[in-house]
This record gives sequence, structure tokens and C-alpha cells, in this order.
Amino acid sequence: MLEVAFKRSVGAFTLDVALEVGAGTTAIFGPSGAGKTTLARCVAGLARPDHGRIALDGRVLFGGGTAVPPHRRDIGYVFQEARLFPHMNVRRNLLYGAPRGTDPGPVCEMLGIGGLLARRTAGLSGGEAARVAIGRALLRRPRLLILDEPLAALDGPRRDRVLPWLERVRDAGVPILYISHAVEEVARLADTLVLLRDGRVARAGPVGDMLSDPSVAALMGSMQAGAVLSGRMVAERDGIAAVETPVGTLQVVGAGEIGARIRIRIRAEDVIVATEPPREVSALNVLAGTVASIQPGHGPGVMLRLAIGEGHLLARVTRRSATALDLVEGRAIWALVKATGVARADIG
Amino acid sequence: MIDLPPEALSALALSLKVSLTATLVSLPLAIWVAHVLARGSFRGKGFLDAAVHLPLVLPPVVTGYALLLLFSRSGPLGAVLEPLSLGLAFRWTGAALAAGIMGFPLIVRAIRLAIESVDPKLEEAAATLGASPLRVWLTVTLPLAAPGLLAGATLGFAKAFGEFGATITFVASIPGETRTLPAAIYAFLQVPGGVPGLRGMVGVAVLVAVGAVLASNWLAPRLAARVAGR
Repeated sequence: MLEVAFKRSVGAFTLDVALEVGAGTTAIFGPSGAGKTTLARCVAGLARPDHGRIALDGRVLFGGGTAVPPHRRDIGYVFQEARLFPHMNVRRNLLYGAPRGTDPGPVCEMLGIGGLLARRTAGLSGGEAARVAIGRALLRRPRLLILDEPLAALDGPRRDRVLPWLERVRDAGVPILYISHAVEEVARLADTLVLLRDGRVARAGPVGDMLSDPSVAALMGSMQAGAVLSGRMVAERDGIAAVETPVGTLQVVGAGEIGARIRIRIRAEDVIVATEPPREVSALNVLAGTVASIQPGHGPGVMLRLAIGEGHLLARVTRRSATALDLVEGRAIWALVKATGVARADIG
Repeated sequence: MIDLPPEALSALALSLKVSLTATLVSLPLAIWVAHVLARGSFRGKGFLDAAVHLPLVLPPVVTGYALLLLFSRSGPLGAVLEPLSLGLAFRWTGAALAAGIMGFPLIVRAIRLAIESVDPKLEEAAATLGASPLRVWLTVTLPLAAPGLLAGATLGFAKAFGEFGATITFVASIPGETRTLPAAIYAFLQVPGGVPGLRGMVGVAVLVAVGAVLASNWLAPRLAARVAGR
């Protein structure tokens, strides 16, 4: 468990945070300039708070006169740029922080970098370098792993290729602090979401609750709002998978193993709302529910939170539609979600 | 092959001994000073920087005279060292000291630039991997600065090899003890009518200096490529 409560001012900017990070993956989310990286650097000991306290598993790292140097904090750090040592090959990079006699095999297998061991770092692709950097931090056997936007330097397709490896790292059990400003990554990887804004913790909570909360969506920018549902793959036919979720069984585009637990994110933009049971529509998913809340957004839109089954979906509609359809709290509705409305990258 | 008189050969051997000793002994100190100047932030950094550069800008004869004042039998350091038979005045070790001091600013400059060009982000990454500051320095900073280290050492060696003014002021020009190649050339020039082998000695001095720089230029990019993982 990481306990953080400190203040740090640089010029006009003040980072003033208090939070606890438990097991699993905690995403620190916020726009650039919110103080995410500063927070991570203070935790790792690369930057120093003005005052406050940082403790990891009960051991005080900062505060009360102590300031443990970074190399004694047992915290692994993966930077935005891979920062591999250019004068060492991949193998020596991987083992740099590992205890003597460590076998890099299992970590290499987990990250798919076993074939790169003898390579010089200069010839690696961005995705390979990112994975080596992650492996290097893991092999150091950290009590906490900080991933500071490790995918930010990669383009879209490369990012999608590295994400599954990150999921395997997450499932390996090391507590992770994941710094990000990409909702897709957060939705896919995080258990807990901490929303950082202007140097303060705006909101914090389980990622599913947070992402389907319209007021959080407003803070994150409504274009990116969407519900995150955990589900189980129950069937697959013609490239369409049936996934059991709290809002019912959803038909989504994508393949996977039957029985696998997956996460689905349905963006508020992709949900259509009807007040009559629609007939003969192409959307494969028609879900009956009620309007749980309405939140005015920026511009001409409003954000609806729909209670469906035992879960929630978010839907963004125009204010005009909301008035025309008389969408008020408690109104019965039908939510339409296209099977393709769940993009491949959102299934994880 | 250039035909050299025995005095010239002994001067050449002495010069090589003096300049190699000067370079090797001053290198660790130069590395330390370069590191402090590149990465340290402390009061008096500007003063240290100026002091290191002093031999470069002072007339060499002034540097030699200052050394003589310090290390002569009555000087503050000489008074301590002479009774222990460790005196430097008028010995080849003194020549090495003078040569080392004259080459020092050049070595420090080159190494400082090399250390400054090492990305501190890599040092940070090493620290988060559990490496102590010393290990970071030995396994990351130093190897990455190696090409600059080589360049600095070569430059310092060439400068020490050619050093004349401070050396002759401090340790005079005693054949076999302190008469380095430049001092020998100067002595031979004083003989009316000239001495055979003078041109050969000048040729050797040029060869050694140019050869050192060429060797360094050849080696540095290869070392850099190796270090950079290409």
C-alpha cells in the first residue's frame, strides 16, 4: 500500500495531493499540466516534495526528516521514453537492476522479448524498446511499478500492440501506478482511477464507477465519456462475440476465448436512445432501461446515465433530442448499441 | 628512418616518460574535477573553473616560477618533500608535474564536455533500477563519456609532450634528468652553427604530437559507436 500526502510548489503551480494506492492497477489520469508526472517523480524519489509524507508498505520514504534516495525505494519506473542504456545490449539492460543470478526468461516470455536479448538497443522499434524498459523495471523486483505514460511515444497501432503485454504485467500482481491521459488505456488496464486536475485529486474511485459517472465524464472531457463493463465471453459466431455484462448480454465485434473475462467500453457517443421499443433496426443490441440522471454537458449535448439491468450505460444526446423525447429522470428508454460500436481497441 | 644522436634519443625517451606520467597521474583528478564542474552546483564553482583554466592563460614561465617558489628547498611544499627525498625541483618528476599542470585544463575541458553530453535521464533510470550514485557513475556516466575521456587524455598528452616554458623554468634543462625533447631542441638551437640531428628531433616532435591526435581521432568514433550500441 502506497500512502501519499504531500505538497510541492514550482512557480505558480502547486501539487497538493493525498491518496492511497492499494493492490492492483491505479491510474493517475489528467490533462497535461495536471501534475501527474510530478506526482510519480515524487513517489519515486526523483523529485522532492516541499513537505508531507510518502510511505510504501508502512516504510516511510519521505517525511519527518527522512528522504530515501531513489535507488533504495524499491520502486520501478518506466519512463515515457524507454531510456534504455545505449552501451548495453538488451540482456544487460534487462538485468541491470536485477538481483545477481536472476533468470530473465519468465519476464521475457511474458513480454515477448526473448528473441531480442543479444540485440543492441539502437536497433529496437519503439514498441520493443517500451517492452524492454518494462521488463527491466520488473526484473528489479519492485514493490511498486510506476508506468509514466509508457505508450505516449508510440503511434496508435503500435500502442494497441503493446497494450496486451501491459495487461499481462498487470495480471502478474505487482501494484502499478499508471500515469496516463488516454481513456482507452485507463479503461482497459486500471482497477482504480484517480482524476488529477490542476494539482489536486478531483475524484477517485473504482474505474467502472468513475467512467460511467457523468460528472466524472464531464471532468474528463465528454467526448471521451463511456461506460466500462466487465463481462465474460459466452459465445462467438461470424466474428460476433456474445458477452455477458451487468447490462445484459451484448453482441460485440471481436474474437476471443469462450469463458474469458474481458472489459468492454461503450462510448457515450455510440449509444442511441429511443422511447419506444424499436423494431427492425440494424443495431444488434437493444437494451431496455430507465434514465437514471441527466447532466448538461458542454455545447448542445446532454449526458444521460441509463440504468439497465444491474449496470449503467452513458449516452450523449443533443439537448434538442432530450426535449423532444421528453427525457427526464425515471423515463423508460431503449438503448441501441451497434455491435461495431465497441471498437476492437476497447475490448480487452 | 631519421638518424638521431644519442642525446636526442634520451631526450625523446624522457619526454615520453614525462608526458605519459603527467597524463596518467592527472587523469583521475581531471575526471573528478570535470565531473564536479559538469554536474555539481556549489558556491565557488566559478572560482574552481577559473583556477583550472589558469595554466592555459598564464604565461608558462609564470606557472613554472610559481612551481619553483612552491617546491624549491625553501618553498612551503619543497621544505616538506625535500627531506623525504620526494623533492620535485630539478627532477624528472618535477617536469612531469609541470607538464601535467599545463595539460590539465585541456583534459578537464574535454571530459567536462563529454560528461555534460551524457543524458541525465539515463542516470535517473539507473537510480530507479537500484543503482547507487557510484554505480550509476561507473556503469552509465563513465562509459558514455569514454570517447571524450580519450580525446581529453590525448590532448593532455600532446600538450605535456610539447610543454617547454614552465618545465624549463621549474626544473631547468639537465641532460638525462629534465632535458625533454623541446628543451633539447632549444639547447641544440643555442649551439652556433647548429648540431646534426636537430631537424630529426623537430620531425620526431611533430610526429608524436600529430600521431597522438590522429590515433585519438581514429579511436574516438569507434569507441563512441561501441558505447552508443551501434
